Amino acid sequence: MNRADFIELGYLVGASLFILGLKGLGRPRTARRGNLLGAAGMLVAILVTLIDQAIVSYWVLAAGLAVGSAIGVLLAVKVQMTSMPELVALFNGFGGAASVLVAGASFIEAVDLGLVDDQTSVAAAATAIIGAVTFTGSVVAFAKLRESLHWHGFAGIRIVNAVLALVSLGLAVMVVVDPGNTMWLWALVAVGAVLGLLVVVPIGGADMPVVIALLNSLSGLAASSTGFVLDNTLLIIAGALVGASGIILTQIMSVAMNRSALSVLFADAPSAGGGMDADEVYAGKITKTSAEEVAMILETANRVMIVPGYGLAVAQAQHAVSELAKLLEANDTEVVFAIHPVAGRMPGHMNVLLAEAEIDYEKLLEMDAANPTFAQTDVAIVLGANDVVNPSANTDPDSPIAGMPVLEVGDAQTVIVIKRSLSPGFAGIPNPLFAADNALMLFGDGKAAVTAINKALAEG
Amino acid sequence: MTLVISLTLFVLAVFLGVELITKVPPTLHTPLMSGSNAISGITLIGALVSAGADHRALTTWLGFAAVALATINVVGGFVVTNRMLAMFTTRKPKRPAAETEA
Repeated sequence: MNRADFIELGYLVGASLFILGLKGLGRPRTARRGNLLGAAGMLVAILVTLIDQAIVSYWVLAAGLAVGSAIGVLLAVKVQMTSMPELVALFNGFGGAASVLVAGASFIEAVDLGLVDDQTSVAAAATAIIGAVTFTGSVVAFAKLRESLHWHGFAGIRIVNAVLALVSLGLAVMVVVDPGNTMWLWALVAVGAVLGLLVVVPIGGADMPVVIALLNSLSGLAASSTGFVLDNTLLIIAGALVGASGIILTQIMSVAMNRSALSVLFADAPSAGGGMDADEVYAGKITKTSAEEVAMILETANRVMIVPGYGLAVAQAQHAVSELAKLLEANDTEVVFAIHPVAGRMPGHMNVLLAEAEIDYEKLLEMDAANPTFAQTDVAIVLGANDVVNPSANTDPDSPIAGMPVLEVGDAQTVIVIKRSLSPGFAGIPNPLFAADNALMLFGDGKAAVTAINKALAEG
Repeated sequence: MTLVISLTLFVLAVFLGVELITKVPPTLHTPLMSGSNAISGITLIGALVSAGADHRALTTWLGFAAVALATINVVGGFVVTNRMLAMFTTRKPKRPAAETEA
């Protein structure tokens, strides 16, 4: 067996481990092993690559691997679970940037050696644009999720983006037509970088789960197209797997938000207001309650459903909620959680936050499983969620969220809404649920409110 | 390897990816994303070849930067996914969670 065959076989082992790893990640019981299999696949791939005879200077590699590992472990161990979307966005961006650098370096080398063919130049152009967009897009998403960037762009930003997209297409053609001049490639990277920045800048908080999923997909596609530059089977396969998984998640998120991924990227945000006026909806119909009263209601409840939203994460209330669930269960009350797909800032984010607070994942109901059971529920507690429990999605065809799947909490006997104020959610519309006859409002910080309920329960 | 074979691999892998991911429950979407993200750091092996080739200074430095960035993606991604998944185990006798393998 010659050396090239050996490397290819090693890559086959790596690809198989990635596939088994992704399969394992699909079930809670096997997920951890799946992740380890993926890591093992990566290790095999790296070791096999290091045997490649083209590699002559190992010290550069050792330095790069050491620096990268140290930073990676540090970030991964330090991150708070509430900040997970930021970290994933950042890692995505690094992946995109690495793809651009690899494709660029290989392209330069191929040009020097006179080995450029159409496949190399087309793939290098594709990597340059996809990778650059992924990099800057992810960095902007990171900044927006950290709430350190509030810029929403300027009038006509979509037109500028369309122009930039056309310019990048033109530059990509030049890379292929005139491969001898590597300036075309770097110009393409630069335009792609600006494009990634400007595409993500106008996208607001609620749409972030879609953006993260899409960037995840792009980072996979960038790796895959790098594989075409290098004629590397493992890059092509692994990148395609990740690209496909990101697309699926994008699709799931888009459906959950009643928007298409394209409209998130290229259309303006849903217009605020709709047909309803907040004063009209709320005037005289809001019933306020207190932590003590809530505790009394909960004491007699048989079944309680908790509906957490991103507000829970902002208030860091997940541990207080976990405590509440334990208190209620000690009182023989059934407690379940109803999770809307976009409850957090990335797909599945809320589940991670609740898992961190030691809430068993078997108590978390998906929307489709939760909705039919609200009618048999004594108390629904809405905590830091707004648009995802807004009944006007079902009742008002003129509402900007019309048709969006929502949790039908109004079917419960009593609804307790814990919220800072009556301010609207991301969609910018009033929520008739708050004015419903069976709804009680407990105003205040989520963590403080739940802690007060816990105290009243413990004393009662 | 011809372009057609590469394309074949790409398309088949996309179908496989779609099949693998469609059935994943929402509970696992976040770990799935960070885990698959780590896999997309596979660019690292391309980076190793570029940086190690020592062809000329520019490509070596580009390669070095690529190795570092891709390694952050790979190592950080697998470690943080493991950290998350450690919380998802059903709470029975609590096993000490090993935090740092990658």
